[in-house]
Amino acid sequence: MTITKTHRDVLGASALRPDGVAKVQGDFSFSSDLHAENMLWGATLRSPHPYARIISIDLSGAWKIAGVECVITADDVPGQLTYGLISEDQPVFAKDVVRYMGEPIAAVAADHPETCRRALAAIKVEYEILEPLTDPERAIDGSHPDIHPDGNIIRHQRIVSGDITATAPIVVEGTYDIGMQDQAFLGTESALALPDHDGSGIEVFVATQWLHEDRKQMAKCLGLPEEKVRLVLGGVGGAFGAREDISLQVHTALLALRTGRPVKMQYGREESFFGHVHRHPAQIWMRHHATEDGRIVKIEARMVFDGGAYSSTSSAVLINGVTHTQGPYQCPNAVVDGYATRTNNPPCGAMRGFGVVQACFAHEGQMDKLAVATGIDEVEIRLRNIIHTGDTMITGQVLESVAPVERCIRETAALPLPAEMSSHPHELDLPGGSGRTADRRHIVRGIGWGVSMKNLMYSEGFDDYSTARCTLTNGKVELKFATSEVGQGFVTLAPQIARSILGVDDVTYDTIDTQIGSAGSTSASRQTWMSGGAVDGACRLVRERLFEHVGALHGVDPLRLGIDDTDIIDTIGDFRISVQEACADLSISETFEYHHRPTEDLDENGQGNCHVAFAFVAHRAVVDVDIELGLVKVVQIATAQDVGRVLNPMSVVGQIEGGIAQGLGLAVMEEIIVKDGKVRNPSFTDYLLPTALDAPQVLISMIEEPDPQAPMGAKGVGEAPCISVTPAIVAAIRNAIGKPIDRCPVRPQDICF
Amino acid sequence: MPVFIPSSLSEATSLLAEHPTAHLITGGTDFMVEVNFNHRHPETVISLRKIPDMQLWNIDKASGVVFIGASVPYATMEQGELADALPALAEAARTVGSPQIRAAGSIGGNLGTCSPAGDSLPVLAALNASVHLRSSDAERTLPFSEFMIGPKRNAKKPDEVITGVSIPMTNGWQGYAKVGVRNAMVISVASVCLAIHDKTVRVALGSVGPTIIRCSDAESWINSQDITAIDDSVAVEFGNRVSQESRPIDDHRSTAEYRRHAVGVLATRLLQRGTNA
Ligand SMILES: Cc1cc2nc3c(=O)[nH]c(=O)nc-3n(C[C@H](O)[C@H](O)[C@H](O)COP(=O)(O)OP(=O)(O)OC[C@H]3O[C@@H](n4cnc5c(N)ncnc54)[C@H](O)[C@@H]3O)c2cc1C
Repeated sequence: MTITKTHRDVLGASALRPDGVAKVQGDFSFSSDLHAENMLWGATLRSPHPYARIISIDLSGAWKIAGVECVITADDVPGQLTYGLISEDQPVFAKDVVRYMGEPIAAVAADHPETCRRALAAIKVEYEILEPLTDPERAIDGSHPDIHPDGNIIRHQRIVSGDITATAPIVVEGTYDIGMQDQAFLGTESALALPDHDGSGIEVFVATQWLHEDRKQMAKCLGLPEEKVRLVLGGVGGAFGAREDISLQVHTALLALRTGRPVKMQYGREESFFGHVHRHPAQIWMRHHATEDGRIVKIEARMVFDGGAYSSTSSAVLINGVTHTQGPYQCPNAVVDGYATRTNNPPCGAMRGFGVVQACFAHEGQMDKLAVATGIDEVEIRLRNIIHTGDTMITGQVLESVAPVERCIRETAALPLPAEMSSHPHELDLPGGSGRTADRRHIVRGIGWGVSMKNLMYSEGFDDYSTARCTLTNGKVELKFATSEVGQGFVTLAPQIARSILGVDDVTYDTIDTQIGSAGSTSASRQTWMSGGAVDGACRLVRERLFEHVGALHGVDPLRLGIDDTDIIDTIGDFRISVQEACADLSISETFEYHHRPTEDLDENGQGNCHVAFAFVAHRAVVDVDIELGLVKVVQIATAQDVGRVLNPMSVVGQIEGGIAQGLGLAVMEEIIVKDGKVRNPSFTDYLLPTALDAPQVLISMIEEPDPQAPMGAKGVGEAPCISVTPAIVAAIRNAIGKPIDRCPVRPQDICF
Repeated sequence: MPVFIPSSLSEATSLLAEHPTAHLITGGTDFMVEVNFNHRHPETVISLRKIPDMQLWNIDKASGVVFIGASVPYATMEQGELADALPALAEAARTVGSPQIRAAGSIGGNLGTCSPAGDSLPVLAALNASVHLRSSDAERTLPFSEFMIGPKRNAKKPDEVITGVSIPMTNGWQGYAKVGVRNAMVISVASVCLAIHDKTVRVALGSVGPTIIRCSDAESWINSQDITAIDDSVAVEFGNRVSQESRPIDDHRSTAEYRRHAVGVLATRLLQRGTNA
């Protein structure tokens, strides 16, 4: 047998995004570009108060405005009045009480967005303002009356493992605060709903992370059977967790069903800040006990994640937080107490890193404190404690994933440090950038480290399977899946998989919609593994049938057949035929459902095999700090990431660079500022995202140790880049300024005072 | 909604006389944001972008005064002859927004909005600039210090158009520095312009008070020193005095304490840059 070298866009190649050119040239149709004949516009009335009783709602003013076709409130919801990803505790429209600033109260449909705006202004809501619960500690201590029938604690979870009386000579502790970050996707929420002619069902085009979950929740609230609600993915302009929850889906559909006309809804930037959940702000206390040579003996921790008004995914975020207390380190004994609280602050839920970001900020701060207390270098202290495959974690679960933590650290350390700052640096390279605030002599350089471990896929008994269909017709492949493409590149990867397995170049994919089984959510670093596994499985089934056909026709045992580039070959003989020739006039279609291995709930002591798999990463940050003004320029991030196997190098680089930018944002600028339950900066003027001038040089080493549990050996790469980069940057700032900082984002005043 | 696009200044001022409630627009980079946020409901708009006189600028070496038409965008001030004549204005212009904003945003618009965070304004204050105003039947010129009268408030009358600014050049160093919590495209948290003319230091602060603040006490203190030999302790003392003249507030962008501190640090550094140059 001879193997042919190929330059096709198969697995391992940097295949280009099929939508790349259109996106760069502005031709790509995002969900906000959707349009239908005879379309109405929808808009939402929201509460200006974080906590208030609704005394009355007077809609008459809105109905009187010419062009207004429909005004709806909670009274118009035909099905279930509440929805939610884990617990259905969030009203479609607030009825008697509003629990956060921005909570929807009514929606209108009208001929023009401006008519909608006037209609909203004409709705009179009388409120009795209540004292908001804004301090999560008061949710825990019970000193504030319940703000929701389900109580003020969304979840409490302890972990007790090993000998909790164990002590050790070195003890370090700290309290860490993590600010509320926003996903800040650029394409705001939008949807277009088209009612069926007879009003019995609806088709909704929407930018979402999980079509089937949206459909499930929408059908319940609309009082329709699921098959009467058909969802199609609208072009998604970023997600990062913010499109896991329902936002405008039910409202848009309801307006369309009521009016019998297509309705489009689209949030503006300010509304978007109120329309989706954010990353949980958290306060985490940790105390590490270690031997004099720096080995962790016990970790005590208390974590408070503020979930805001509704539960969203808070309970799962909390579980990720507490189960990642130890980070990528061994820990024989642990006592962890975690709370997800309910307050009148903005609801929080999924965001890239999902609870692990917060835990990691704390455990990495602790590792640095341990380094200082033991006099051991910050890299060495981490190496001494690293976790290995086969180790038991604080949940009692044995780590089965490939765990190249040592390589992550050593390969990061081996990446070159940036050159020292020249004596006459370019002014834009200094902290303060275009503001020209500093001169060379005001700048001090610092280096910091962060290492993390992140679970992949959903946890705690959840079977988040994925479905895909592969159809081979006349030498062409068409794939079908409901996997949301949010920019991560599954639409690039899926055809690569088919090309590799089937030896066919012409691979397309059908519309992404609910006309096939669920793909699960595009989150939790899971789609390469899960939907990749489903496409891989479906293509393999098709290949099996193709080999049976070819084997029978040419008298070769199908088990001996294999694919070499674009040919089918006898792997132990001379037979060879091109795939194109072999499948002329043939049509084979197979559907495959990929399930990950089952997991378990945690018990009351936090014990259980709750996670599927893990990925690891190390980050080294180099920063320049203007200590007197408290301004920072991140100069370089070096990272070695455990990716299992690289399926598309360019995609992996994109995820790593993007994740680093997002983690940098949390480290030095991104924060939703909430005061008395009110968001103070719902705009891109004041919610600052890193610009090109804030982005560092990024050096990447991809560690390829294929994971035998992963369908193609590849681990998810989406979340790992944004987790330990934040503590690494903050550690570098601490290193530069020589004083403790235990909060992020780091503000100028945290540095200079 | 009618939008008038006059091609001369006199046409513009008579349109404004005819339509006293009309809103003026130049680059629209403040205006359109306000419209989008429903903070402004224009019924008639007069665009000043196509008026040649307002796009002019000129450097009069003899009198030492630079005239900049109100519609001149930041992109023109950032580099080239204007930048050589007024380096502090160029530095301020380079900090404004993004390239797109600098291509559209104008000095007239910055004066029209008159935000304490407006980046050209501390420069106009430190350089003793004057603002030219014109209505259909009158013309007048105000020193910048009389033009800006409060946060987003100026002395322009409703029937007046800002036609441009006259900025005397300095025979000494001038510079601008601005703190924001990101390295580009950010609203000023605190900013300082320092200029030296005839060996006399002038300093103006942005974002630390209801208007741009000229630090008269700090100026007279430093001008009583020998500014040809500024040592570190004098520069720091100058910064402290500048700090004391700031009147910042706490808001979601920063704290009063930090702003007060930051203008002091910037003033010290600018003085050092200016006197070591
Ligand atoms: C993304 C973004 C970033 C920004 N960044 C900065 C920044 O870093 N620094 C900064 O200072 N500003 C910034 N701005 C604000 C804005 O760009 C500036 O204030 C700019 O100078 C406004 O000029 P313009 O020509 O666009 O004004 P317009 O928006 O056209 O007008 C602004 C106001 O001035 C009035 N006006 C305009 N021209 C005249 C005239 N000739 N006579 C009388 N009144 C007039 C208008 O009626 C209006 O009230 C930013 C804006 C945006 C959108």
